[in-house]
Amino acid sequence: MDRPAWAPPGIDLSVPSVSRIYDYYLGGSHNFEVDREAARRAMEFLPGLPKIMQANRAFMRRAVRHAVDEGIAQFLDIGSGIPTFGNVHEVAQQADPRARVVYVDHDPVAVAHSKAVLDGNDRAAIAAADLRKPQDVLRSPEVSRLLDLDRPVALLLVAVLHFLEDSDRPYEAVAELRDALAPGSLIILTHASFEGLPVPQEQAGGTVGVYRDIRNPLVMRSRDEVARFFDGCEMVDPGLVAMPHWRPDTPPEQEDPYAFSGFAGVGRKG
Amino acid sequence: MSTPAQASGPAADPDDLEDRLQRFATIWSRAIFPVTATSMTRIEFEQHLLPLARLLSAALRARPFDVAPAQSVGAALVAAHCTDPDALSRTLGVVDSYLVLYCGAGADTPVDDLRARCARLQHALAAGFARALRERTLSEQEAIARSALAARAFAEQALHATEARFRAVFEDAAIGIGIADLEGNVLDVNGALTRMFGGLEQVVRGRRVTEWVHPEDAPHVWNLYGELVRGERDHFRVEKPFYRSDGTVLWTNLTVSLLRDPEGRPQYQLALMEDTTERRLLNLRLRYEATHDALTGLPNRTLFSERLEKALTAGEDSRFGLCYLDLDGFKAINDSLGHAAGDRLLVEVADRLQSCATAPGEMVARLGGDEFVALTTGPDVTARDAEELAGRILGALSTPISLDGREITVRGSVGIVEGRAGERGPADVLRSADITMYRAKSAGGNRYERADPEADARAITRHGLTTALPAALDRGEFFIEYQPLVHLGDGTVHGAEALVRWCHPQHGVLGPDRFIPLAEHTGLIVPLGRWVLEEAVRQARFWTHRHADGGPLRINVNLSPTQLHHPGLVGDITDVLERSGLAPGALCLEVTESALIGAEEDLLKPLRQVAEMGVDIALDDFGTGYSNLANLRRLPVSVLKLDRSFTRGMQQHPADPVDMKIVEGIVSLAHSLELAVTVEGVETAAQAEQLRALGCDTAQGWYYARPGAPDRIHSLLLADAV
Repeated sequence: MDRPAWAPPGIDLSVPSVSRIYDYYLGGSHNFEVDREAARRAMEFLPGLPKIMQANRAFMRRAVRHAVDEGIAQFLDIGSGIPTFGNVHEVAQQADPRARVVYVDHDPVAVAHSKAVLDGNDRAAIAAADLRKPQDVLRSPEVSRLLDLDRPVALLLVAVLHFLEDSDRPYEAVAELRDALAPGSLIILTHASFEGLPVPQEQAGGTVGVYRDIRNPLVMRSRDEVARFFDGCEMVDPGLVAMPHWRPDTPPEQEDPYAFSGFAGVGRKG
Repeated sequence: MSTPAQASGPAADPDDLEDRLQRFATIWSRAIFPVTATSMTRIEFEQHLLPLARLLSAALRARPFDVAPAQSVGAALVAAHCTDPDALSRTLGVVDSYLVLYCGAGADTPVDDLRARCARLQHALAAGFARALRERTLSEQEAIARSALAARAFAEQALHATEARFRAVFEDAAIGIGIADLEGNVLDVNGALTRMFGGLEQVVRGRRVTEWVHPEDAPHVWNLYGELVRGERDHFRVEKPFYRSDGTVLWTNLTVSLLRDPEGRPQYQLALMEDTTERRLLNLRLRYEATHDALTGLPNRTLFSERLEKALTAGEDSRFGLCYLDLDGFKAINDSLGHAAGDRLLVEVADRLQSCATAPGEMVARLGGDEFVALTTGPDVTARDAEELAGRILGALSTPISLDGREITVRGSVGIVEGRAGERGPADVLRSADITMYRAKSAGGNRYERADPEADARAITRHGLTTALPAALDRGEFFIEYQPLVHLGDGTVHGAEALVRWCHPQHGVLGPDRFIPLAEHTGLIVPLGRWVLEEAVRQARFWTHRHADGGPLRINVNLSPTQLHHPGLVGDITDVLERSGLAPGALCLEVTESALIGAEEDLLKPLRQVAEMGVDIALDDFGTGYSNLANLRRLPVSVLKLDRSFTRGMQQHPADPVDMKIVEGIVSLAHSLELAVTVEGVETAAQAEQLRALGCDTAQGWYYARPGAPDRIHSLLLADAV
């Protein structure tokens, strides 16, 4: 029997959470020993994982500022995780105080934490929904309350699509979201890949194994596969590139070698 | 703005110090940026460190010396997400190597003192970092724990709501719900299910599903169950009986589903059951009522038809015998004793019939009214068996039935059909039995007859003609031929008799003897007779119009007994005459002697009315019945038509003298009663001459003309005129 939509999944704190692992990579303490244990094992294969996360944060910051420069004042951040610092609403509302932000996550702990962090901010909210069910996202009360889908929205899919397996139909999910957005909307996306990693693929495979073990498979996709997420969009310069190469503030060559793992890009819906 | 440069004393160049602070910050930033988690750029980060460098510089030179600013620098590093232990050790390394070098110049404190101060600042910075990191860690741990608790509370609340809803659905459902493990142990049942089983929970809970075997279980039920608990099937649906706690039977529509765990392993079985006991009983009762005769309790036509159909399609080695019984004179019994008595009689007959057919493969049914059938089937049924069955039936009826103190003797007629399965259809067999039964009845009743294909065929043709009659009238398949009536005195055409014919699409032209009795039987004679009357009168009016000088031309039309009884007769005749404009005296209606002999006055009244209008009435076929000569006087008759049997004797030469005498007597009698005499069947000139000599008035027969189309009369009239 299917669990009805109105019943949330149970909370099992003995199972590592990718949101809290991410927080640990970023030096945070919003995590439990199971999370840190998994993170440490993943870092045995890729010691520079925190640098990849840091590069993701930095890219997101630049991309949000770019969106504000383009006149976009609405943000939909799916897979937002545990808010730590430099969050979308901070970056966006610093650049444009009118900016409205809806975070989306399916991890109940991340949702509860986000609620606490966002308490008192009437232009930012967190929706409990799953990227695999785009209609749940689009019809959430938070989206209805804060976003005007008839006007351009910046959709952030930062470091989240690589947690969707092909059987989750990630391309269809992204297309469904894109179709719901107004022309001129931006899709801001990063994705893990074996391409660009400063270590052999076999070694990186160890990390993939760790994520498989915690039942949150990490799906490495090729550049072409990542590019397909932008179907129906026109790529914003410089296109789909390694994170440090996307409109850098400082010379990319100063960046940590791990920062060049995976791909980042921004597409504009025509 | 208060800067450390100003605090360093007049000897220092403020611009120079600011420049050195900037360089210190750059070195510091380079050292720790790689181990921070900040999303700031290197330049932003360096600018972020600059005020912290200024704080350290000021603290190095301040009087009195105070380490508090270094503590706040340590805390600021943590706030800027430099939480990695390496960030602290690298910071301390940078401070140790460069703070005095870049920020100590121009201070009035000796270098050794500056170095000591620097060391103490490092201790304070480390302590500040550690304290802030501990605070941050604790607060973040607390925050995430609180979030986890909040999430769990929400989930539990939602789960509770979910379970409450499911519990409500489970408990309040109108259908029975039960959950059992894969060994069949019943774990939980709802109220509806308990009530179905008699209301005692222990009767169901804790029992094993496999104990619920019932003798009427469909053969495959337990195979399906086995497949389900082995995980080979996800659900099945059956109609299944159970025993209730009081031993009565509970019938259900049962759906059993397999519940699997998240890994897909079979875990529980879920049963949903709907109590169909009442519905089933009702269905059985309705089925019984639909297939049995309410009066006698015998199977009715529906059930009999099913059995017969089954018997006739049973396979070629199977045979059947069918006895079709109709009681003789039952209507009379019903009419004289009343319907209630008639019904009791039928019940008694049914009981007796039932006792005649008790062997396997035998059945008795009531088809309706006083019609019953007995059917015997099996591989060895012979014609003899069927006849014996019929004999038993007649024998059972032979003992008088006691009804309201009277002994009533009931007799019946039986039609027997027997044969091999697969040769004839049920309708065909029943029709044959019915026809045969009527044959037995026509032969006097109280007997049985065996079906005979030729008799069947005749009956079927008759039946076919009967059913085709109404449409034939609508389609205009009837037509009229006319046979001239001739004056014996001068040989002129005096009129014509209208004779109806049926041009049947398959059987060709049929004479009235083939269909008038059928039309009489079905009542169609009334519209058919009216049509003949209209048509003949119209024709007569035509002739009269064309031959106004030839005197009145009469038209003779036959009236059947049924027409005589029809209340619209007088109205019809009046209407037809008025509309055609034919003089009533030109119409002669022929009525058979047998229809009028002994007739009551009621029957004669319409004829009298017609006669009073001036229409002639002829008594047809006179001399064939027990002619009551005295009766002739009171009949409204003006013509006698002598039957052809009298003229037949005059065809011989010399003529039969007895016939001659009889005819002479009749003519004399008729004339004395002022009746005209017409003779039929005149075939020779000698006959005609003799009849003329005997005083007959008019004649018809082949000697003059056969019946023919109206224009032939026309040409005869023309011939007369010449």
